[in-house]
Amino acid sequence: MDKKLEKIVQDLQAKFSTSIEEFRDEAHVFVKAEHIVDALTLLRDKYEFELLSALTASDYYPEQKPRFHVVYQLTSLARNLSVQLRVQVNGDQPKVPTATRVYDVANWRERELLDMFGIDFEGHPDPRRILMPVEHEGHPLRKDYPLGYEEPQFTFNYDDIDLKKIYAKE
Amino acid sequence: MAQIEEVNVDQFRHLVSERALTGETMLLNMGPQHPSTHGVLRLLLELDGETIVNAIPDIGYLHTGIEKNMEAKTYVKAEVMTDRLDYMNTTGNNLAYCVAVEKLVDLDVPERAQAIRVIITELQRIASHLVFLGAFGLDLAAMSVFLYCFRERELILDILELCSGQRMMTTYFRPGGVWRDVPVEFEPAVRNFIKIFPKRIDEYEALLTKNPILLDRLVGIGILDAKTALSHGVTGPTLRASGVDWDLRKSRPYSGYEQYDFNIPIRTEGDTFARYIVHIDEFRESLKIVEQALDNLPKGPVQSSNRKFVPPPRSEIGVSMEALIHHFKLWTEGFPAPKASIYSAVESPRGELGVYLEGDGGPKPHRVHWRTPSFDNLSVINKITQGHLVADLVAVLASIDIVLGDIDR
Repeated sequence: MDKKLEKIVQDLQAKFSTSIEEFRDEAHVFVKAEHIVDALTLLRDKYEFELLSALTASDYYPEQKPRFHVVYQLTSLARNLSVQLRVQVNGDQPKVPTATRVYDVANWRERELLDMFGIDFEGHPDPRRILMPVEHEGHPLRKDYPLGYEEPQFTFNYDDIDLKKIYAKE
Repeated sequence: MAQIEEVNVDQFRHLVSERALTGETMLLNMGPQHPSTHGVLRLLLELDGETIVNAIPDIGYLHTGIEKNMEAKTYVKAEVMTDRLDYMNTTGNNLAYCVAVEKLVDLDVPERAQAIRVIITELQRIASHLVFLGAFGLDLAAMSVFLYCFRERELILDILELCSGQRMMTTYFRPGGVWRDVPVEFEPAVRNFIKIFPKRIDEYEALLTKNPILLDRLVGIGILDAKTALSHGVTGPTLRASGVDWDLRKSRPYSGYEQYDFNIPIRTEGDTFARYIVHIDEFRESLKIVEQALDNLPKGPVQSSNRKFVPPPRSEIGVSMEALIHHFKLWTEGFPAPKASIYSAVESPRGELGVYLEGDGGPKPHRVHWRTPSFDNLSVINKITQGHLVADLVAVLASIDIVLGDIDR
């Protein structure tokens, strides 16, 4: 890891008791959901991470606790550094505080995650679907969402397929 | 199946001003079938007379589920989908994906392949900017520029066809190198382009840059300041027109960009005219890179010799049993990638094209996310068009150079 980045990561660790993973010179910092807005604000204001390059998520179904990782990829133009924050979210009622007050770009990116993963961003000013039609059911990028077709249910496999279809039950 | 609700203004109620509810301002639908929305972008406009109060983009009409589809394919097969993202910058998408895969599995790329990648990507950048310029002129009623731009773009597409057999959806770059070496006709074709293109740029400039009608419509329209741009994740020429010196080719070189001598065009005004000028200047800089790369094109292989990731050439298969095994394994199962995630980004003609790639230890990606520049660049449209006329919205929309395939994925 870069020396300059190491200092920033240590500061994060001291303030928010985070854990760190490293892979191919990238630092992935695990932050608790309740600290994420503070951590982003700290990085933006103190360490000049002006750009939220990417905001995405990854689904680890059938694992439920934690089922999702929400990924915040931050870039500092002034220091030419990158850091990644990750928030672990459980599968039942996934919720993360919104980052729209820190970065404007989070507005659309969080709508995309709401649409694709069904992750709620608390306090989001405009929680609508962004890519899928409004009447669409389910969240396409979840691992239990079928790819392009629905498996036909027969008597012999009714229960198996029903288990995979929890996205359609509400 | 839920009952399909009629889309009404209620879902936009919190986005429009109070005056829209009393009928004082008008809500107008622009798109998705509108020639100047560059594809299938729908804008809900709140208008006070002809002045824009709010412009609310509604996207997703071109959503094709590329991220989901890529999860079901092996790393090499998934690359075919990347061409379909930003269809103006197909090889640039290939490059972003290949760089990401190479970082994930730690694969080396020979120098010749890197130089070829740079030449092709820069030519593609010129082609993409030509479409920008043509469409930009067309939206501002300068029809002839469009025809000239497409004439030159044709030369570049011919070069792509020479190399890969395809004009647009090339899939020419592969993890570990490029698909095959460039043919002998490649160098004369590129030299010919380098020779004639500078004069053509001057021709475009003669038509547009000092045209008083155009200046009236561009200068001071849609001003985007650097702080708003960064907060909205705006990158690429749009950000550089707002005075921020940020280009991934310079600040985080990939694929050997650090060897080439080129400048990053910057403007500080942040208006529509500045964005136009930055695009014009980037033509010349890209041409410089192409010329340098072509002059110093190294000799040697164009694919990595790491047989765990790159299939062996046909000549090896007949004489080596290992080669046959590798060939079979790579084309049936594919190569495995570690259970880890990386983020890597390249500079596309529109900005930072990032790939979040996560492996699960098997031959297919666990998650691929495309951080596409047009998506973030478009999100700023409401802020920079408020108070302008509808005709200015068309100019601003053209100047931020969106591609809907890039936005909707």
